[in-house]
Amino acid sequence: MTLLSGLIFTIGLGLLLIVVIKSLIFEQVLTGGIGSIILEQAPNDVGTANIVSSVLLAYRGLDTLGELTVLFVAATAVGLVLGQPRPDAPRDPDAGFILRSAADLLFPFMIILGAYIILHGHLTPGGGFQGGAILAAAFFIPILASPSSPLNHKVSSLVEGLAGSAFILIGLLALFDKGYFLAPLLGTGEVGELFSAGSLPLLYLAVGLKVGAELAGLLARLHETEV
Amino acid sequence: MLFWIALISVVVMLSAAVAVLLLENYLAATAALSVVSLALSVLFIVLQAPDVALTEAAVGAGVSSVILAITLRRVGLWKIEGEK
Repeated sequence: MTLLSGLIFTIGLGLLLIVVIKSLIFEQVLTGGIGSIILEQAPNDVGTANIVSSVLLAYRGLDTLGELTVLFVAATAVGLVLGQPRPDAPRDPDAGFILRSAADLLFPFMIILGAYIILHGHLTPGGGFQGGAILAAAFFIPILASPSSPLNHKVSSLVEGLAGSAFILIGLLALFDKGYFLAPLLGTGEVGELFSAGSLPLLYLAVGLKVGAELAGLLARLHETEV
Repeated sequence: MLFWIALISVVVMLSAAVAVLLLENYLAATAALSVVSLALSVLFIVLQAPDVALTEAAVGAGVSSVILAITLRRVGLWKIEGEK
């Protein structure tokens, strides 16, 4: 019975997809519309070499704030459900030699890679979310290797809160200065330089720190509260 | 050349996705799910979307697999074959 209803649901979903795909007009979506306008105007408007980050932070900056909020709510819910670990809770023993040495070796390189991806978000592919995920992984691997030295949750929460408020503060500054929330500030600069695109690198730094601290705290909390 | 890379990544993706459904071991299924994301990120690079590819590799293959694996450990389904 369950199998049959699942089959019927799948067939219905397939038919719906066929109808939706048949009614799409691919040529119009690809050639016209807002995409070509943004491709043309973004380097002059915002000054980013990477068009995607100009859309993410300048044209649709509010959506990025929404994404950050979703992530924040998810991390808060995980913290609420899991709660604090008991102080006398048994901890896992340290991991084997390979994981411990690999954690020591990898940590600086992963930090550098994450920082590079965040700081070059307006020039090359990548940005706050991707770099933040790498930073979180960099802080999580040492926890896996030696569970006896846990992540400092106070520091990670502090970084997360400060980065989130910095994002909103930059947006509010733009609101007072230019009249639009999260409008790009500080001019555009030379396209392709590290210090260009105005306030976008600052926004990406805030996004990266927030995502990194949040994900690292979430992973550490999942790992350390005992079963 | 690009066609073959895309074809290989699609084949890897589909077989890993079927493997997720068929594998009995949850930990192995999580690893197969991570392979789906990795092959998908290769496909995104072929489609000239490096931003999405980075996100897929970092979040899809990395963080979400780790979260799934830790959750398996918490609910007691973390079993490696031969270990009863």
